[in-house]
Amino acid sequence: MTDAAPSPLRQSVQVRIAAVRKTYDGMAVLKGINLEIAPGEIFVIMGPSGSGKSVLLRHIIGLEPPDDGEIFINGESIHTPGVMDKYRMALVFQSGALLNSLNVLENVGLYLTEHRLKKPGEIARIAVEKLDMLGLKNVKDKYPSELSGGMRKRVSIARALVIEPQLILYDEPTSELDPLSAVVIGEEILTLTKRVDVTSIVVTHDRDLAFGIADRIAMMYEGNIIAVGTVDEIRKSTNPIIHRFLHADFNPQNQTEES
Amino acid sequence: MFQNIGELLVLLWQTIRALPLAFRHRQKISDQLFEIGNASLLMACVLSIFIGGVIALQTGPVLAERGLASAIGGLVGLSICKELAPVMMAVLIAGRIGSAMAAEIGSMRVYQEIDALRTMNINPVHYLVLPRLIAITISLPILVLFAILVGWFGGGLVAVLNEKIGISFQSFFINLRLVVELGDVLNGLFKSAVFAVVIGTVCCHQGLITIGGPRGIGRSVTKAVVNSIVLILILDYFLTRFLLYFEE
Repeated sequence: MTDAAPSPLRQSVQVRIAAVRKTYDGMAVLKGINLEIAPGEIFVIMGPSGSGKSVLLRHIIGLEPPDDGEIFINGESIHTPGVMDKYRMALVFQSGALLNSLNVLENVGLYLTEHRLKKPGEIARIAVEKLDMLGLKNVKDKYPSELSGGMRKRVSIARALVIEPQLILYDEPTSELDPLSAVVIGEEILTLTKRVDVTSIVVTHDRDLAFGIADRIAMMYEGNIIAVGTVDEIRKSTNPIIHRFLHADFNPQNQTEES
Repeated sequence: MFQNIGELLVLLWQTIRALPLAFRHRQKISDQLFEIGNASLLMACVLSIFIGGVIALQTGPVLAERGLASAIGGLVGLSICKELAPVMMAVLIAGRIGSAMAAEIGSMRVYQEIDALRTMNINPVHYLVLPRLIAITISLPILVLFAILVGWFGGGLVAVLNEKIGISFQSFFINLRLVVELGDVLNGLFKSAVFAVVIGTVCCHQGLITIGGPRGIGRSVTKAVVNSIVLILILDYFLTRFLLYFEE
């Protein structure tokens, strides 16, 4: 989130969330969240729907202010004037949030165009390069409404990459996707994190994705972080809520027996 | 209500402060100008010809009975340029363009496109509101100018064709020229520019505060149009009073 030209020397950032609280209409959505995410880490926040994961993500990128608590990037509070401009951050929205009035190429190049960081020809070249990286070169002239859900998400990732982010946030990157597309997105998150020095925070309730890409996982439940650990630690957790979440499977036979 | 008025004024102030960036957004402004002109010009002309016609039709026979048929040009000319053209065009634009602005920005808000802009450090007021507000403030007075000319023509046509009035085109316009001054036309154009700012600000603000899904967008559009029209009619009175001081 900066007006400055993206630097070729990217540096992933450390994120610290300290006692963040948020209440909407008297309902506590975040109940004092504390987390520390290391530079270059793929950190997955997992939990059931409505546990406050996406709200936390919106707080990290500064779209919403917390009622209480602080969020630090490399030790600097994001609410200090100028700090959000200092670091390059991007959010890949659950819906993609592409601008429907612009085509794919314009969407991907929007940041550079609006901040006049490059000449139009150069912007188009960079946008095509990012789209190519995600296997989307052929859709550059299409409009978001002409794309599938998976394509929209990948375009959204390409748009985030143009910023050359130091911190990239993914909100439910595999929701509404078929299993194959979900695998592709997961692989892309892994590849990108390897290829560029970026800290990634992924919010998801997709267990396969979380276990496939995470360096560490935080389990969130009803506005609280109930566990943080590596994939193995979370898998082996004896916490009944985590156990129930990880082993919830639809079994028609159980339904018949219960009835 | 007071919170809404406060938010409207803040949005207007933010947009005014962003005016130096207008040149940077010239492409968006020209797109909006095309959109507004293209969508409204024909309708503005049709509406105006009938407004001019109906004034002539209502007042012409009464004036003719009293031997004042020649005064009809001035009456139609003044009422169109000072009152009817600015107000009717503003109402038309609020319905035609204001609703589209509220719907477009509202859907961008609901589908997180505005959040996406903010994460890219793109100010939604600069990107969305500024070009629309400038375009509507340029285009509404131009449309009103068209409406005035076409309305006069409509009035003249009815004055000529209606048997009970029965004056010539020439005498209609001679009287119009005697009565209507440049200041009267400028009066109407000034009003229309103020109405344009009101429509642009109200409709963009309503779009920006949209919540909920498609139903929320629908609600915003309705509120945007209704609030714009109410404000136009209230402001019209106060603007008229204000402008009368200059005439006195």
